[in-house]
Amino acid sequence: MRLLTHNMLSSNIKGVSNGFPLRIEVGKVVEKQVDFNADFLRNMFPKIEWKAFVDAAKTVGYAELPEEVDSSALESEEFLNKFHHALLELHLEEGALVCPETGRRFPVSKGIPNMLLHEDEV
Amino acid sequence: MKLKQLEGLLGDLQQFSDPKVELEQYPTGPHIASRMLFTAENSFGDISSKVVADFGCGCGTLGAAAALLGAEHVIGIDIDSQSLEIASLNAEDLELDINLIQCDVKNLGWRGQTVDTVVMNPPFGTRKKGADMEFLSVALKIASQAVYSLHKTSTRDHIKRAALRDFNSSSAEVLCELRFDVPQLYKFHKKKEVDIAVDLWRFVPKVNQGKGD
Repeated sequence: MRLLTHNMLSSNIKGVSNGFPLRIEVGKVVEKQVDFNADFLRNMFPKIEWKAFVDAAKTVGYAELPEEVDSSALESEEFLNKFHHALLELHLEEGALVCPETGRRFPVSKGIPNMLLHEDEV
Repeated sequence: MKLKQLEGLLGDLQQFSDPKVELEQYPTGPHIASRMLFTAENSFGDISSKVVADFGCGCGTLGAAAALLGAEHVIGIDIDSQSLEIASLNAEDLELDINLIQCDVKNLGWRGQTVDTVVMNPPFGTRKKGADMEFLSVALKIASQAVYSLHKTSTRDHIKRAALRDFNSSSAEVLCELRFDVPQLYKFHKKKEVDIAVDLWRFVPKVNQGKGD
């Protein structure tokens, strides 16, 4: 699972008012190279929750992203390269996503998070 | 990529080995899947360089088609772990990078309209009434650009009314009518193979202000 997916997914347990962002527990992280697409990054940038993204990247071992950023950063090739790498090339392969309010763990196995809810959580 | 080439690649994908009737698992055939995604890309520009989600992805045919047509990020969501395993193998075979999530689509937790396009072949709601409408409702909440979906032609008026009135859709258009081959997968199927008329829909979601929830 890419960090881009993590930046969109939230916990939807009954009674939880803000299930985003899910905390990441790292078991194993893998890197997969992807072709660089600057237009895609520019389009995606305004939709990203930056703080959650920076924290997620740090958790999986990548600390090169700036803490604060505005759209002028998109002019910099160096920034775009880092953004590209963190957004699309780092995958949480094994571990868990944890609901920020309840602490409920959603296990991630072979890159697939299991977000199925129990009957009493719906 | 040419339509024939896309159809050929999808035709090699592995399908359900042990389909579950309660989930209405019918494979989306390569003929329909290729036409659906080819139209989305070539008539509307809704696939290449986009974030595309495949709801009820099953073995991942529609998601794979999106990735083959140049989608930048593809997310396949399904409730069934066995299907996801096959979808994962299919993606690997075609050297595609597809993110899979195990989730009941109707309970999906998502941050706003951060996906560009949703493609889906939802359960038609034959076994569980309204299942396709649950999928459509969620799809129109997370897509910002378009939702492509297949629904039985017999439900056309109902779909249109619900999409426009209840589901955050600003337009709902039937692009074409297709024949969906339902092979004899289950014991209750009396005939060897039947085809049913389905509509290929394109819905445009209303875009809400702000980043999300």
